[in-house]
Amino acid sequence: MSTEEHFLRVRDLHVTYAPRGAAVPAVRGVDLDLHPGETLGLAGESGCGKSSMAAALLRLLPKGTKVTGEVLLDGEDVLKMRPGRLRAVRWTDLAIVFQGALHTLNPVQRVGDQIGEAIRLHSKDGRGKVSTRVGELLELVGLPARRARDYPHELSGGQRQRVLIGLALACEPRLLVADEPTTALDVMVQAQVLRLLEELQREFGLGIIFITHDLSTLAELSDRIAVMYAGRIVEQGPAEQVFTHAAHPYTRALGAAFPIIGDPAFRMTPAGVPGDPPDPRYLPSGCPFHPRCASAIDICKSIDVELWPAGEAREAACVHASGAPVATA
Amino acid sequence: MTGDDAPLLEVRGVHVGYDVKGGVARAVDGVDLSMKSGEIVALVGESGCGKTTLARTIMGLRVPDEGEIRFRGETLGRDRRSLREHRQHAQMIFQDPTGALNARQTIYEAVAEGVRIQGVEGNEEQLVADALARSGLRPPESFFTRYPYEISGGQRQRVVIAGAMVLNPSLLVADEPVSALDASVRGEILALMLKLVRDTGVGILVVTHDLGLAWNVADRVAVMYLGRIVEEGPTEELLTSPRHPYTRALLSVVPEVAEMEQQILTGEAPDPTRIPPGCRFHPRCPVVESGEAERLGILERCRGEDPLMLPACHAVAQPAAAGETA
Repeated sequence: MSTEEHFLRVRDLHVTYAPRGAAVPAVRGVDLDLHPGETLGLAGESGCGKSSMAAALLRLLPKGTKVTGEVLLDGEDVLKMRPGRLRAVRWTDLAIVFQGALHTLNPVQRVGDQIGEAIRLHSKDGRGKVSTRVGELLELVGLPARRARDYPHELSGGQRQRVLIGLALACEPRLLVADEPTTALDVMVQAQVLRLLEELQREFGLGIIFITHDLSTLAELSDRIAVMYAGRIVEQGPAEQVFTHAAHPYTRALGAAFPIIGDPAFRMTPAGVPGDPPDPRYLPSGCPFHPRCASAIDICKSIDVELWPAGEAREAACVHASGAPVATA
Repeated sequence: MTGDDAPLLEVRGVHVGYDVKGGVARAVDGVDLSMKSGEIVALVGESGCGKTTLARTIMGLRVPDEGEIRFRGETLGRDRRSLREHRQHAQMIFQDPTGALNARQTIYEAVAEGVRIQGVEGNEEQLVADALARSGLRPPESFFTRYPYEISGGQRQRVVIAGAMVLNPSLLVADEPVSALDASVRGEILALMLKLVRDTGVGILVVTHDLGLAWNVADRVAVMYLGRIVEEGPTEELLTSPRHPYTRALLSVVPEVAEMEQQILTGEAPDPTRIPPGCRFHPRCPVVESGEAERLGILERCRGEDPLMLPACHAVAQPAAAGETA
């Protein structure tokens, strides 16, 4: 097989939850590509399907959830892997950092042992070698090696988040999925963690899928941004362009929610997206964003636009996007 | 002095400590702050800087070890009766609306609870309906019998705000009111806060680590570091030309600020049980670290003299420090 330029290719991914016989489509056909060493920012509100998509990449969804499509890792479909193969891939190729640093770590186990456990399960290294590696990992994420003996409650929120990143990196994965890794952290600690991720990426060529609703953070950190709404990607393109010249009205509204400090346009005029995200069980007709969209026109109620080219290396699912085949005035 | 001219809230020389293993955490370590009716003041700082303790003390949930809280010209008493009365005029809302609401209580009950506890006169149903409508939940009657799980996160925060506003308070203390909410809802809740100030003249003290929020809604900003306010001023001035090195560092790491060299502070997180001598910020201060303090001949003062002025910085007080913005 030829070497893949994209080591991760997601094709037509659907995730449908099935609580008590109902069908809740959380992800409705997502295509994604990631090069080695690339950072993809994934933005959207709660309930847009971004975390479901992340969990689907690692097959971490609850039993009974229907997942279709392909998640190709170097051409091998993660969704079809046998349990043993999946377990090996999960730490060595794909790793995930969740939002709640407070809840993800085991409170009654020393953090060093938690990292060591992950290493031991995936290598044949002896105890001494493992503990050296644990120390190295902690230092890599900016903590003194001696903190390995600490319990999670002895660490601050930022330190715990660093431990989680260290844990995710224990088996040198090639792709890190970071699901709101800094949301609960202070600005200064957030800046420290983001800088750490950037350094890791430069040093190890780590690919990162970074999930958050904060577009300005993504613009700074990512190579590309994909914006999700109602289970689909509605816009994607180079990070800076998507942030500064959004092609989709939803991206624009999401971006305006975080003011640019010093810009008089935002002073005393907080902005957001009016209304609430749609319930995935009862999506509006046509473009699912049309009931909240300031630029909606009549045809938006009936036409569900797919992603169309919207400039160089860009796509947007909006009738107003420049490349859309539907002519608008 | 009592009457309409008195500031809505005055915090005077307040100290609040907690006994912890190995000593006392000086969470609030000498704070002065005042605000007027109809004003939105953002109290900004990192976790552990004491901003939440200060907010709780203003609410009468903590008694200051030293200093006093004056509310509408009168010192806040410590007995049960004056605290109960205080809590009708000063209301607090928290970060997580889901945790703040009782999952088994209808929205009507949640909003009416304060009315009953405080024994507010008037038609209860009318009061609840007005508060819901004022908080943007319309028509209010359609929310009466619903439960928190039936509404969105943004609507829940509106219910919490309605529960506070139903008592017609003159001060609202909001502790990170939007940080648990989605980007899209955030703007709506902030707009609601601006509207409440316009409609009712309530003063709002927003406790947050979010400088963008301050730019969005606050008239004034007070920056807190390790138990002390280190810089304070009108929002435009403070956020566009910050003077204290801590404020400058905080602003530099906000992605929403363009064209600022990042100053990521290192070192251990500030610990209120071990407040450094001299300027409490000096172990992490870029002015000290870069050698600038030594060049200005103030290094000894940074290490040994607690700056009690505002901005609380020896370098800013130095006339020769005109180059600080360079």
